[in-house]
Amino acid sequence: MSALSVSPLRFALSKGRIFDDTLPLLEAAGLVPSEHPSESRKLRIPSADGRVEFLIVRASDVPTYVQYGGADLGVVGKDVLNEHGGEGVLEPLDLGIARCKLMVAGPVDAAELPQRPRVATKFPKSARAHFAAAGRQVELVKLYGSMELAPLVGLADLIVDVVDTGSTLRANGLEPIEMIAPISARLIVNRPAMKVRHAELSAVISELAAACQLPESTQESSQTES
Amino acid sequence: MNVSPSEPWRLPDGVDELLPPVVRRVEALRQAFLALGSRWGFEPVSPPLIESLDGLLTGTGEVMQRETFQIVDQVDGRTLGIRADMTPQVARMDAHALASEQPNRLLYTGTVLKARADGIGASRNPQQFGAELFGHGGSESDIELLRLMLETTLLTGVASEQLVLDLGHVGIYAGLVGQAQLGARDESLLFDAMVRGSLPDVQQLLTGLAQVAPGVAKARKALLSLPELRGEPVVLAQAREIAGGIDARVDEALDRLDTVVAAVALTHPGVRQHIDLCELRGFRYHTGLLFAVHDSRGQQLARGGRYDAIGEAFGSARAATGFSGDLKSLSELVQDDDAEQMPQTGISAADLEKPGAWETVARLRSEGQSVVTLLPEARQPDAVTAYLVQDSGQWIVRPAGDPDSAR
Repeated sequence: MSALSVSPLRFALSKGRIFDDTLPLLEAAGLVPSEHPSESRKLRIPSADGRVEFLIVRASDVPTYVQYGGADLGVVGKDVLNEHGGEGVLEPLDLGIARCKLMVAGPVDAAELPQRPRVATKFPKSARAHFAAAGRQVELVKLYGSMELAPLVGLADLIVDVVDTGSTLRANGLEPIEMIAPISARLIVNRPAMKVRHAELSAVISELAAACQLPESTQESSQTES
Repeated sequence: MNVSPSEPWRLPDGVDELLPPVVRRVEALRQAFLALGSRWGFEPVSPPLIESLDGLLTGTGEVMQRETFQIVDQVDGRTLGIRADMTPQVARMDAHALASEQPNRLLYTGTVLKARADGIGASRNPQQFGAELFGHGGSESDIELLRLMLETTLLTGVASEQLVLDLGHVGIYAGLVGQAQLGARDESLLFDAMVRGSLPDVQQLLTGLAQVAPGVAKARKALLSLPELRGEPVVLAQAREIAGGIDARVDEALDRLDTVVAAVALTHPGVRQHIDLCELRGFRYHTGLLFAVHDSRGQQLARGGRYDAIGEAFGSARAATGFSGDLKSLSELVQDDDAEQMPQTGISAADLEKPGAWETVARLRSEGQSVVTLLPEARQPDAVTAYLVQDSGQWIVRPAGDPDSAR
């Protein structure tokens, strides 16, 4: 076997909610980061047992790292994965964490929408697909954050964004209108790596699958609406 | 952003040019491939760079349409395509120009252009190499091509232990989905989820369906397991338990995979074999076995499979199997860099107009020596190994280290 095959698997994670929610699963699977990324400036953090090396990347970059083999596997929200398209990666597991909903939202006291409403979003691909499936013409405005602001200042009539508790919407005079898709974090794996390092990767996948079986049943009930 | 007119040297994204050391390496590999193929009885063909778009896209589906550059023929206004893959062209040559009842073994190399790159760092102007075998549908021809593909990658000097052979078969998904009684919409969603290798999406789709007859339920259950049926060849036995007896195509596919695995293990025991029953690359084009060879880093070196349907559009439905790859990326594996070390120049010669000089130079060149003329005011090339000098009226070659060679 080559020296390359015994190098640790590279595991892309983003800081924040994904990392915090993934950590208990990783611990249950015996993959403990040797440092917490919020206490370290390092972008490569080995696991305590040396089996994997965690790469700390931006959430929207996780699919790119995994697609092109910069990382062998990673954890990414389904919202980000849909936007990326999922090319070149396999998605073997719904981790059931970092749950939220991708929703259309608008002002509470909205007047009738124009014929071709403007929609501000960080997720143009998902938004376009959603409105196209409903046969509705919209104009998309791509933003990188603070979507809730756009309808308030006349930049857009609607927004498409991930909604957790809805408190940010309410605080800005917006309300959810319709759900596009339930979102949760997915484990993704580089396609060629799955072929050439199958044994190691399938071990990690089944350990994580076992880990997310444990507390998950309680969370299923919270997302039955459609 | 526009390309500034002051940067005319800038190449389009994904388009590369090769400098002499790399060209030597790629060209040596190309020659070795052609010689190897010839020893296996494969005849070279050379299809054109452009042809009618319809001809290029026949039988290959929408993927090739996205990948193919289109141009308008100024002569008659027809839309032409620049080949993005030579395989359909070679299939056409077999079905139309060569039209034989007997198996045809063909091989080729040539530049193709891709409107979209296959991935990061993937060239949009790969130098394709490939071989195809037409007119035989049995496992023997699949095995023949697989072995030739492996032997081709071994030309680079890579150890067979570094290679991973990936095997799949479109008949498994096709057979199961044919028995699963899904509506057109669900079938298309399922295909999409399978292509993305999304087990959660496959599960969500198949578990949400209404109750059905036991036979249909078995097919759906097998589809559900498909994304996980990957790994060492032992998964084939597992696959038989889960998916056997549901559809004749599935059983045939599993038989074929068993045969191929055993055959490759016999001749190439060092090559690791990996089964992936959820591999659906080129599903609408391929009709049987799918195969690809990767190196240990996961870099794909060549891929291929069976595509029996394509010849029909060209007038003769012929069984077909083949493989192809990019010579440039394959050549990166070449371990022995002799080709790169080869000196560019050998003997430096000046004063060619003097009596007898040209005759001597011509003789040296005909003996296989490299003789470079020294142009007036040009510096002596770095790689000079010897000089052609006149000594007592005789033209002689004096090694570069010799103090008398100094001019």
